[in-house]
Amino acid sequence: MTRLNNDPQHGPPTGPPTGLSGPAAPASVLAQLNLNGRLVFMVLAIAGIWLAFHLLTQGTFMTSRNLWNLSVQTASVGVMVSGMVLIIVMRNIDLSIGSILGFTGMAMAVINTRIFPQDTWWGAVLTLLLGLALGTLVGVIQGTWVATLGVPSFIVTLGGLLMFRGGAWLLTSGQTVAPLSESFQVLGGGLNGSIGGPWSWAVGGLLMAALLWTDLRTYQQRARRGLPNRSVPVQALFTGGSLLLVLGFILVMNGYADPRSGLPRGIPVPVLIMLAVTAVMMWVVRATRFGRYVFAYGGNPEAARLAGINTQQLTIVVFGLMGLLAALAGAIQTARLNAGTNSTGTLAELSVIAAAVIGGTSLAGGTGSIPGAFLGAVLMASLINGMLLLDLPSAWQNVVQGLVLMLAVTLDVVMQKRRAK
Amino acid sequence: MTSPPQGSTPLIETRGLSKSFGGVHALENVAVSLAPGEVLGLLGHNGAGKSTLIKMLSGAYIADAGQILMNGQEVRLTSPRTAQRLGIETIYQNLALADNLDVASNIFLGRELLRGGVLDEDSMELEARKVLDRLKVNLPDLKKPVFNLSGGQRQCIAISRAIYFKAKVLIMDEPTAALGPQETEQVNALIRSLKQEGVGIFLISHDLHDVFDLADRVTVMKNGRVVGSARTDAVTQDEVLEMIIAGKVPGHLSPSAAPLN
Repeated sequence: MTRLNNDPQHGPPTGPPTGLSGPAAPASVLAQLNLNGRLVFMVLAIAGIWLAFHLLTQGTFMTSRNLWNLSVQTASVGVMVSGMVLIIVMRNIDLSIGSILGFTGMAMAVINTRIFPQDTWWGAVLTLLLGLALGTLVGVIQGTWVATLGVPSFIVTLGGLLMFRGGAWLLTSGQTVAPLSESFQVLGGGLNGSIGGPWSWAVGGLLMAALLWTDLRTYQQRARRGLPNRSVPVQALFTGGSLLLVLGFILVMNGYADPRSGLPRGIPVPVLIMLAVTAVMMWVVRATRFGRYVFAYGGNPEAARLAGINTQQLTIVVFGLMGLLAALAGAIQTARLNAGTNSTGTLAELSVIAAAVIGGTSLAGGTGSIPGAFLGAVLMASLINGMLLLDLPSAWQNVVQGLVLMLAVTLDVVMQKRRAK
Repeated sequence: MTSPPQGSTPLIETRGLSKSFGGVHALENVAVSLAPGEVLGLLGHNGAGKSTLIKMLSGAYIADAGQILMNGQEVRLTSPRTAQRLGIETIYQNLALADNLDVASNIFLGRELLRGGVLDEDSMELEARKVLDRLKVNLPDLKKPVFNLSGGQRQCIAISRAIYFKAKVLIMDEPTAALGPQETEQVNALIRSLKQEGVGIFLISHDLHDVFDLADRVTVMKNGRVVGSARTDAVTQDEVLEMIIAGKVPGHLSPSAAPLN
């Protein structure tokens, strides 16, 4: 009933009921599916990139082994990008995350080698927790600086970029710290850093059951309360599609065998962390007051304040969360390198910002999506992975990354102008 | 001279309200009052202090001196949230909507309905639909961001927010300034029906015609002070204009002439 377009000010009465741009026929199909045009476009772009690299590398790109590697390579940026989305949505920026990553990574390496030299699981867990606490603290300090003193976040975090990079050096006077305990290395997805075939199937099965259950429950509840729902075939398409995606993912992860034992490796731990972070952040944005307020502030800071939202506290929490995620990425990278170095994470802030922006986060604030940013991270990691396979010099990799970023944003600007017409 | 209609405690009343910003007196010793079911037109030039006054009544500013009383009891409006809790809702000139959020999210902004600690989107959508239906506002999709809605539709969202949360005092800052004639009439009809329900309304407007149409009384401000108040059936528009421009109360309304009642 409410889907009918009977309001003359809402669009031409003969047109499709949504504001999606593009030719009439695809727009109305999209409108019926009620898809997010950007997400569809990004999936297509990633598919195109994968296909192109697959052909260029004579069939190396889309093998289980390479896709498994790609997933590990995505993890660090993938963990941080959802935090960056919230930062940018709130009209801020965090340039310090690469340095926080390096600083906390180095701190964890020092803690792991000097305080918990024995290889115990609780030593690794404590190392991780201390590192995460340090990252959160750093983020909270920066956030407090921004929120209460009114210094632009660009400046505060630019200062942070320099300070924490220096801090990473100062912790050990520039010395590299290695090796880390084997329990800690698990976080990096190295030799023992995957959960194996059976557990991967367990995770996949659980995920599929959860997807099915939430979709069914949402559908039933909305139907019972008389709220508009997708039509049954469309909903079936969506649910079926996401189930297939999970199935495919597990198959790929289990398709890469450990060379020593010949058993499937399964999902790497850092990838599991990335997926968990992404899922939690999607839930935070969609289902919590906190997420709602972040977007409200980004859309209209004054409106948020007048609605009684504590905007200072909100800013501090968002920066604290970003620091936490940067430290988590620091743990992953340090564990993967099996060493704490003072240069870990250099320029990571730029990859993360690029991934967020490619994923549809507007630097003007108020707009951004966690799944979009996640796909942005996958897209960037795919480009780098493919270029590595093609043996392109790293100078060219930077050129291509820069170009893709500019192209993505240009496309966005053009689309928005067309939509505004 | 600012006493409310006789025989009742005012719904809300200010006494000696003052506020200055860096040595500039934005408000000096302001006393206004509003009875239940009364529409008070708040008039004055830009910079007369109207906006400062309403920001104080809505908890966005805190007064340097003076009191605010609701039903005869002093209240401290230290934040927008305390004001909202007491039933004071404000519709700001710039609408105070978050453009990127959908209709239901805007109506419930800051006071979301929760279920098990989690946003209850479905209930908010249903309740939003109910209140919009009550206001006869026709919006096809409440899950769409509000940025491409018309000024009138956006104003209706702002008003339905106030109504949903059962405003006792409604402050409307230029509610129809951005609207076309038809939408203006819609909002005006809404004001009349709220008045019927006993809501007290502060109406700030530049349109004297509208004010005379809707308000029971007018209070005129100039340079941060109250020039005077009058019942709209006891003055002419020209006299009120004179008060706004010259800051003088017409002879037959001067306090000594006991104009009210």
